[in-house]
Amino acid sequence: MHLALDYSMLRLIWWVLLGVLLIGFALTDGWDLGIGTLLPFVARTDVERRMAINVVGPTWEGNQVWFILGGGAIFAAWPFVYAVSFSGFYLAMFVVLAALILRPVGFKYRSKRPGLGWRAGWDWALFVGGFVPSLVFGVAIGNVLQGLPFRLNSDLRTYYEGSFLGLFTPFTLLCGLLSVAMVVVHGGAYLMAKLEHGPVRQRARRYGGFAAILSIALFALGGAFVAFGDMGFRIAGTIDPFGASNPLRTTAVQEAGGWLANYAANPWMISLPALGLLGAGLAWLGLRRGWEAPALAGSALSSLGIIATVGLSMFPFILPSVIDPHSSLTVWNASSSERTLFLMLVATVVFLPLVLLYTAWVYRMLWGRVTSAAIATDPDLY
Amino acid sequence: MDSGIVDLSRLQFALTALYHFLFVPLTLGLSFMLVIMESVYVMTGRPIWRTVTRFWGTIFGINFVLGVATGLTMEFQFGTNWSYFSTYAGDIFGAPLAIEGLMAFFLEATFVGLMFFGWNRLSKLGHLFATFMVAVGTNFSALWILIANGWMQNPVGSQFNPETMRMEVTDFAAVLLNPVPQAKFVHTVSAGYVIASVVVLAISALYLLQGRWTGMARRSMTVAAAFGLASSLSVVVLGDESGYALTDNQKMKLAAIEAAWHTQPAPAGITVFGLPDLETRTTRYAVEVPWVLGLIATRSLDKQVTGMSELVLLAQERIESGVRAYGAVQTLKADPANVAAREAFARDGRDLGYGLLLKRTMDDPRRATPWQIQQAAWDTVPDVPLMFWSFRAMAGLGFFFIGLFATAFLLCSLRRFDQRWFLRLAVLALPLPWIAAELGWVLSEFGRQPWAIEGVLPTGLAASTLSRGQLWTTLIGFTLIYGALAVIEIGLIVRTVRRGPYAGHDDLAPVPDIGAQPAPAFA
Repeated sequence: MHLALDYSMLRLIWWVLLGVLLIGFALTDGWDLGIGTLLPFVARTDVERRMAINVVGPTWEGNQVWFILGGGAIFAAWPFVYAVSFSGFYLAMFVVLAALILRPVGFKYRSKRPGLGWRAGWDWALFVGGFVPSLVFGVAIGNVLQGLPFRLNSDLRTYYEGSFLGLFTPFTLLCGLLSVAMVVVHGGAYLMAKLEHGPVRQRARRYGGFAAILSIALFALGGAFVAFGDMGFRIAGTIDPFGASNPLRTTAVQEAGGWLANYAANPWMISLPALGLLGAGLAWLGLRRGWEAPALAGSALSSLGIIATVGLSMFPFILPSVIDPHSSLTVWNASSSERTLFLMLVATVVFLPLVLLYTAWVYRMLWGRVTSAAIATDPDLY
Repeated sequence: MDSGIVDLSRLQFALTALYHFLFVPLTLGLSFMLVIMESVYVMTGRPIWRTVTRFWGTIFGINFVLGVATGLTMEFQFGTNWSYFSTYAGDIFGAPLAIEGLMAFFLEATFVGLMFFGWNRLSKLGHLFATFMVAVGTNFSALWILIANGWMQNPVGSQFNPETMRMEVTDFAAVLLNPVPQAKFVHTVSAGYVIASVVVLAISALYLLQGRWTGMARRSMTVAAAFGLASSLSVVVLGDESGYALTDNQKMKLAAIEAAWHTQPAPAGITVFGLPDLETRTTRYAVEVPWVLGLIATRSLDKQVTGMSELVLLAQERIESGVRAYGAVQTLKADPANVAAREAFARDGRDLGYGLLLKRTMDDPRRATPWQIQQAAWDTVPDVPLMFWSFRAMAGLGFFFIGLFATAFLLCSLRRFDQRWFLRLAVLALPLPWIAAELGWVLSEFGRQPWAIEGVLPTGLAASTLSRGQLWTTLIGFTLIYGALAVIEIGLIVRTVRRGPYAGHDDLAPVPDIGAQPAPAFA
């Protein structure tokens, strides 16, 4: 097989890398988001809360870079996607940023003062910083699946005709809850693996297991919405994978059930939603039985399966437009130039393995369970 | 475009960027000062240097986290508020931002956890390595961000593609080796080092005045004096004026800073004082020092510093050519194969952005009258009094820091830590470097107006099509959150300073101060 690194291949690689970044974010920052969301439920006393927080204390900063890098990489490789999505989701994005701004400050400042009011305030900040972004990301993905109300004019300027409240429909709320359930499973499994045996770990297992069941149910229900609802788009006319990145040259139409077309053409793809469900099942089993590795792996596989399901179901669409399908952004019409995609690929091939390597080293250096004894004695802990 | 939307978007960007830039320079400088302090600890093995490192490390942490938190807004604001800029320039501008994340921010953020939590898990050398990686990461971050910003000031290595209606990269090496960000990088990180040095100097001086923790304070002050002297010399000598000779807009920025309404014979004099008057386009009560400006700006005795009037005439020609380029692009949109339009674009395309300047007052630049073109050409002059005074305040502060650190260096070398007048001065100097740094941002970014990307995209076209309600919501929201965080942050820093070096991390038995007897430097 001839694998030329031509424009179409570069676009395909960058579409895959977009998924890799999202999955990297979900798998690493998912721990922090999940633990933030679980914080008020699994940890009740101050020592318990500090235990939960210190599970991710030294690593949340690095994990959060996946989010920032995601923003930068979408900007560099998919500038139309960056421009349309973030300006379209304007107020939703503000809510996400406001919540995410509170999170680092919450981690760092909470234990700087002894007052209970002070600490309770930052516990709220950490909860909001975990729950709200997870919910809104899911709602946003739900909206992308439904198609966004935007159009492009001939200068390729974006006009978004939706409202903030319009983002919330039964289907998108379901996606939001699924997203919260995913991070809760993930955070629960991580708490189980990183905490000493005791009440916090016990509660994390219980809530995590419940969230695993919930994510199976919500994912299946979401699948039913996609299969039997009126969602879906299809490219009408020819596709030119080498053509200039001008979204207006593609013709697309809305078509109910369109997101299933790829499964008909590629039956192997059914393994992705299966992975989403089975992974959550494995996580549930692991959390219930106290098997740490299977719980961590199951949660990771489930997130991978669910995110890949969304991406591949929509392929080649990235952001379909519901009011003007002609403006839809796809893998073939919304990327950067061939030169930029190539250069960015080189940068990624050089630096991403390096990042993974030193991240793994840092995790290894910080390995070990957080204990209540350490919380009482170690002055470095939050 | 609704000009209210553009103004509100600019206001939000300015507020969030200026606020972000309160924390970032301290991170840039303090990270390297921590490397110096910890290196001394590793080399001498004396616990007092560990105490010194850990104390400033606590201050670093409180500050660092707000830099990270407010950086989130910056990374996404191009998309949320400047979406047309993002589609127009993402092909070039996005890459340095992404590489910043990949190469620099990951490094910094991953190792910072180890730096704070690894004191008892790593060897001395291992921990120093973690601290060093944080410093390298933060400084590389600044490099990539300034490469992105430098391209907005001097958009090399790219051209407009009518097929995709955006700028596309033609030469990445040119974008990376762009001389504007190179000058900016040295200037900006040096400014960060000055800020960090002033912070360490001022807090150490406070302790010396109070007679508390004097052993730590003297050592810290010695580091700050040496590092600050080198940095304050670097920030002034390697100011980024050297980049101002490069492009029309950079020349315009320089002319506005100097209120140089007309070209003078080389070498031009510098106006130390005066009142720039926009109405008459003259500077009243000007006090001029001959030759100096020509020397600074052109590094020569025979090159001219072009004046604003001459630059406006140049802009006028480029607008006329830009109108032709605009016409060609409109034809090519409908008929990509049109030979005449392609030729016209090949000839005038590089001035397309100048044609777009007319969009501020009309939908179709092709209908512009000569008078409107002349008006648009005068729009390329930034706010002269603002530029004039910002520069003088910034440069004056720059010279003040050289004097401050030279004195500090002298006193530290002589072991004279008892000069109370100087210690008081050092405490009072605390807010000054931030004023200088923020003014530097104002010069750089207001000086670029009316352009988002110099000569390519006017700011007025770059904003997202949002509503005023949306913008007011986020503007008020960010102001409230940022305001609250500022109060909390300052409160925590004051508390940390008040409690001193042995408060939070009292795992070590307090090291007794050496007291009145002079301590050798770095021991």
